Formats: sequence, structure tokens, C-alpha cells
Amino acid sequence: MITTLSRILKYGLQNFQRNGWLSVATIAVMLLVLLTFQGVIIFGATGGKALEEFQDKIDISVYFRPEVSEDQILKVEEALEQVKEVKAVEYVSKDKALEIFKIQHQDESVISSALAELEDNPLLASLNVKAKDPNDYSTIASYLEGESLKSVIEKVTFKENRLVIERLASLVSTGRKVGLFVVLFLSVIAALVVFNTIRIAIYSNREEIGVLRLVGASNGFINGPYVVSGAIYGVIAAAATMIFTVPAVLFAAPYVSVFIPSMDLTQYLTANLFSLLVYQLFFGVGLGVVSSAIAIRRYLKI
Amino acid sequence: MITFHGVSKIYPNQSAALDDVSFKIGKGEFVSLVGKSGAGKSTIIKLLTGEEKPTKGRVLFDNYEVNKLKANELPQLRRQIGTIFQDFKLLPTKNAYENVAFALEVAARPQKDIDDLVPQVLDMVGLGERRRSFPHELSGGEKQRVAIARAMIHRPAVVIADEPTGNLDPINAAEIIKLLLKINSLGTTVILATHSREIVDALEKRVIILDNGRLVKDDAKGKYMIV
Repeated sequence: MITTLSRILKYGLQNFQRNGWLSVATIAVMLLVLLTFQGVIIFGATGGKALEEFQDKIDISVYFRPEVSEDQILKVEEALEQVKEVKAVEYVSKDKALEIFKIQHQDESVISSALAELEDNPLLASLNVKAKDPNDYSTIASYLEGESLKSVIEKVTFKENRLVIERLASLVSTGRKVGLFVVLFLSVIAALVVFNTIRIAIYSNREEIGVLRLVGASNGFINGPYVVSGAIYGVIAAAATMIFTVPAVLFAAPYVSVFIPSMDLTQYLTANLFSLLVYQLFFGVGLGVVSSAIAIRRYLKI
Repeated sequence: MITFHGVSKIYPNQSAALDDVSFKIGKGEFVSLVGKSGAGKSTIIKLLTGEEKPTKGRVLFDNYEVNKLKANELPQLRRQIGTIFQDFKLLPTKNAYENVAFALEVAARPQKDIDDLVPQVLDMVGLGERRRSFPHELSGGEKQRVAIARAMIHRPAVVIADEPTGNLDPINAAEIIKLLLKINSLGTTVILATHSREIVDALEKRVIILDNGRLVKDDAKGKYMIV
């Protein structure tokens, strides 16, 4: 059994070598598919992370009128904590708001000097409310906009954020769908190319196949090498994909982290290198084996 | 050991290649199948190796009913039959040794057997010295001997030679026939399809004469006859 397997492997390797340029072309097309597939995976991960980060940033900020006392604000906070959709409420006092503002604008001399001119703290105290589910914000917003609180609340900000988040979510999901469609489309093309390569290999080996039958080679022994060459295409294409991916990701990583600070692509790659390789191998070998199996069924009469 | 029982073979769009042919070949016999081109010699060989199925009748080989074998059972049968052809059917990319060895490889024989058996068989056909030569470096007679070595490597019960001397000069042809007789003397059944009168007449063995798909003569010590 093991000797047979190793011989099938040997002949498969031989087929692969003898069809040199054809093999290279086949691998190139498979590489295209796998790169796209890889791109979809990494885009999905990045997009997901971005979405997560933005969702974490959504909150409803409730700004109170300047004359409202801290006690009143804390009461509203308590009341909000009772609302079941609310995950957390954070109180930002006037002083704290100023502090945050100063830190955010410390490099901008115009703003800091303008602030120094002011005697009063112009900022409002606020509550930052986070929901358990992003879809719950409208419920919370409508609670805050109710009659009972109208007298103390200056404004509720939330709508602007929401639009951005919804757009981002739909962008990520459309991106994934389009990516998968492209992967599917390219897979069909690659399958056809592999199919044709194996067909040509079978054709150019037809005499040898005849002799194999003559000397009583089992069907598996005649088929096996072609399946093996299909698998080799997949393995090489998967390895090449990783070789292309690594520098591309390392190059892109600093740019991505500008937009999504929590997304460290380099770290993502090192952490997922193995599983990415396994996905590529599975996909590549699957594609190679299935298309050569079809070619064998169609062209290799036993 | 081999029985053809009322066998007919009709190829699509053609007249009968074989028409109700019956004969038996016993173990250890040396039988010549003779007849003009198209008489049905090759069809008999193809039916025996399971390459073709008879339109009518039964083909028996030992315990196999060849006409009923499934595709995955054929390899087993073919390992019991050594076949030799006019055009040798050697693999051009393999040397003499490899051409013989791979018949064992594909039959899943362990490497040790291969290392033992191949030199033995190559010695038997007188090619011990030329085992590293590729087919294009060998003469016709030598190529045919490689083919015989490959046919013999499984120690088959029967060797079928389809016009094995067709591409050879008389001296080489005589060598090949001598080799077949030697194989036969070791107990292997030999079926020789040929249209060479000299060879058949010199053999003085059983002759089956075919004409237009019919068996016209079956003599224990026959001569080539034109019918």
C-alpha cells in the first residue's frame, strides 16, 4: 500500500515536471484565485475589526444645560442605568471635558491660546451612554428625548455617527460578497485551466497509459498520478500565495493602522499565518484535485 | 486453460471480425494463430486480454470468465498474461531496466522483488549487459527482447505474441522465436500470432488457421496453408 502510494506520488511528480510550462501557467492561474481568496479573508478581518472599533466608539452623548447641577445629572445617570438596553453610562464633568479637549488639541497652538483667553469653562457636562446592541441606540435616544428630560438636556448627539457606521457595515458586507463572487468566478476559470492541463497530460501520455494497462496496472495506479499533479499545483499555488501575501501585508500594515488604530495587520498575519496557509492549501489542493478528477473521468478510459 | 466457446465479435459498422470461433488451449502448449491481416488474430488476442468484449460466446481463462470481468478486475487478469507486440510498446523515456521494472512497480510489488527479478529476466533474454540503454539505443531485436522480459517478469501463465517478428530481420526474428520456445519449455503457454510461413513451418507445433473471422483449420502439427 505504502509502496504503491509512493510510486503514484513519484509518477505524479514526473507528470508535473514533464509538463513544465503548462504547469507554470496552471499554477499562475491558481495563484490568482488564491490571492483573491486571501485578499477576501484579510479584507474581511480588517473590515470586521474596523466595524468593531467604530461600534465601540458609538455612544450617545447627552449634553446638559450649563445651569443643571451635578446632582441632577447623577440622578439622570442612575435612571439611565436602569434602562435594560444600556450597557454603560459614563459621567463627564465640565472640568473633565475641558481636560480631554486640551489633550486632544495640545498640538494646536491657536486653540490652546484661545482657551487660555477664556475665563469660564465653555464646555458642557455630559453623559456618554453605550448600548448593549448598536440597534438599541434609537430606543435609548427616544427615551432621552422624552418630555421629562427636556428641561435639563441641551442636546443629544448620536445620529451622525449612526449613519457612518451603517455605511461602513454595508461596505464591509458588500466587499465580502463581491470578493467571494470574484473568487468563485476565478475558481471556475482555474478549474477549466487545470482540467485542460491534465487533459493534455493524459493525451501526451496516451502510449504510456496503454502500456500501463497492458502490464496490469490497477486503475488507481493509472489515475493516481494525475490527481497527484493536480494536488501539486494546489500546494505550490498556496505556498506562492503566502509568499506574495507576507510582503504585501507588511507594506500595507502602517497605512491600515492609520485608519483603524486597533488593527495591527502585521500582528494579525503572524498570529494567523498557519491557519491562512491551511485555508490556502485546502482551497488550492481541492481545486486541483477536483478538476483533475473530472478530466480523468472524461478523458482517461480504462 | 483457455477456452473460446462460440465466440463472435462484430465491430460497429463492420462485418464480423470473428464468427463463431471455438477452441481450447491447454497448459504448456505452443500455438500459432495464422491468417491474413484482418483474419481475426488480433481480435482473439484483444478478447483474451479483456480489451474487447465478444458480441456472442464465452472467453474463459483459468478461473476467469473474461467476457464478464469488470474494469477493476481486468488488471488482475492482465498480470497473468504477458503480451508482446510488433511495435514493442516500450516507454521511450525509460531505459531497458526501468521498462521491465515498472511492470512490477505498477503491480505493487515490493522494491526488493524488483531488484531481484529484473536482472534475472534481463539475463534470460540476453540483455544483462545492456540494461542501462534506452530504447532508441537498442536494435529492433533487442527492443523486442526487452518487451519479452517485461512480459515474463510477472511469471505469467501465458505469453501472447502478436506478430513479434513483424519488424525484424530474419536472423533477429529467429532469435525471438527461439526465446519464445525457451519460455514455452519452462512451462509457459505461448500463443503466437503471425503470418510468416517460414516461422510456422519451422516450428512444427499446433497451428490454428483463421480466415475472415472463421476458424478453418486446427492441426496439432500444422503447416501454414493458404485457404
